[in-house]
Amino acid sequence: MTDFSTADPAGARAHARAMAGTQVESMPTVPATAAPDRPQGVAAEAMLWAETIAAGGYAAKRLNRGARLRLVDVHADACLSMLLFNAERPVERLNVADTLKVQWNGYLGEGKLLLSDMGKVLMSIVEDTANAHDAFCGASNAASNARKYGAGDNWGPHPNARDRFLLATAKFGLGRKDIHPCINWFKGVRIAEDGATRFNAGPYAPGRQVTLRAEMDVIVVLANCPHVLDPRPDYTVTPARVLAWRAEPTQENDPIRNAPPEGLRAFQNVEEDLRR
Amino acid sequence: MPDLAGPVVLDEVAPALAPWTAVVRKGQTLRIVDLEGNQAVDFLMYALEDDSERYSAQDTIAAQGNIFLRTGSVLMSNEGRPMATVTDTAVEYHDTIGGACSCESNTLRYGHHTKSQHACVENFLQGNARFGRGKRDMVSNINWFMNVPVEADGALGIVDGISAPGLYVDVRAEMDLVAVVSNCPQINNPCNGFNPTPVRMVIAG
Repeated sequence: MTDFSTADPAGARAHARAMAGTQVESMPTVPATAAPDRPQGVAAEAMLWAETIAAGGYAAKRLNRGARLRLVDVHADACLSMLLFNAERPVERLNVADTLKVQWNGYLGEGKLLLSDMGKVLMSIVEDTANAHDAFCGASNAASNARKYGAGDNWGPHPNARDRFLLATAKFGLGRKDIHPCINWFKGVRIAEDGATRFNAGPYAPGRQVTLRAEMDVIVVLANCPHVLDPRPDYTVTPARVLAWRAEPTQENDPIRNAPPEGLRAFQNVEEDLRR
Repeated sequence: MPDLAGPVVLDEVAPALAPWTAVVRKGQTLRIVDLEGNQAVDFLMYALEDDSERYSAQDTIAAQGNIFLRTGSVLMSNEGRPMATVTDTAVEYHDTIGGACSCESNTLRYGHHTKSQHACVENFLQGNARFGRGKRDMVSNINWFMNVPVEADGALGIVDGISAPGLYVDVRAEMDLVAVVSNCPQINNPCNGFNPTPVRMVIAG
């Protein structure tokens, strides 16, 4: 970079403006319509969000009903912890216990629904090439990161997922009490017969992806921090790519909507709520 | 049932179907007795000093590397701090993945005809309301005396209980806390043997 004098406002302005156009890996593509990795078949004008979330970083976005959200584990070591809210009424949020219990299964994958605490579907999983996720172990926190890495502060090199959620939710007017149990994408946990958690440390393949469909207007909150059960002594996580685009809301004949009877009622409860 | 250490400061029966709340001071033990057998006791707790810190099922599971609560389980907060310890229980294990029943989730699980039935979330909301808490304070809870196995393919569900009349669980507070209980009113699955019954709550120490 050219040397600038920042001794006066004009010099400081020139210095600041000279930074524009800098490209780094972890940054949003603005506008999202210019994203070079726009999914096949998606029109540029339909793109809503394209962002690479840093290792240890976070991001949040409001998405309308019908929008698709693709999470990509670009370098095979992302761990995206997710919170989910009804955008219109954020007091309605993801309920992990109901999500598992209502669907009679503990493992998330293609065709599964993410359910709210009000008997409704927030998002559905329309595609999943990762098949290794976790709904049991939750977010890392300052204490767990301090134990493993010596510190877990937002201002340090080892941010924890819970404190990332704190910042992300604060920007939507939400607070500590709104940080509910979360889902961890891309790091698998299975449950043994005796109840033990079995962490799948990989290695995983790069480029694994999950595509979600918003079934109501939602606020999606993502933190990309090492899984709380990750046994590696070093803070290990890689950037994650997030793409979202506008698409048609779920139709009545949708196969995911009509799969199990419990799920169908979760869609019907959303449709009932939208009858205005 | 072994005697609890220290003076008994409270000994009462939580009626079937009802909410129940109490402050449990650090070092005190809360004993819950399943009087008639296989009665799910839905349980949340909040730090008395700062109720943004509350029980976290996920932190508890991650910390102990197991989904079941047994003797020795340390019940963690959302800030990763020990809130309480299961010091003794006569039941092999308890649940913390099944959550609480609600009017709304009942419509998914059983059909819209169940919407008007009483549910644990109703009890939690009412129990918490007297402390100024609300819906944002609802998180995944403990279900004492409830059995939720997970099979190899991830299949899970609330199945017949493994508790029996007179079995108990002892929980020692590791910080001053507020316990909020729903004596589960669910009648559509086996969590209460299809017959909700009273439980005995004792605080000692």
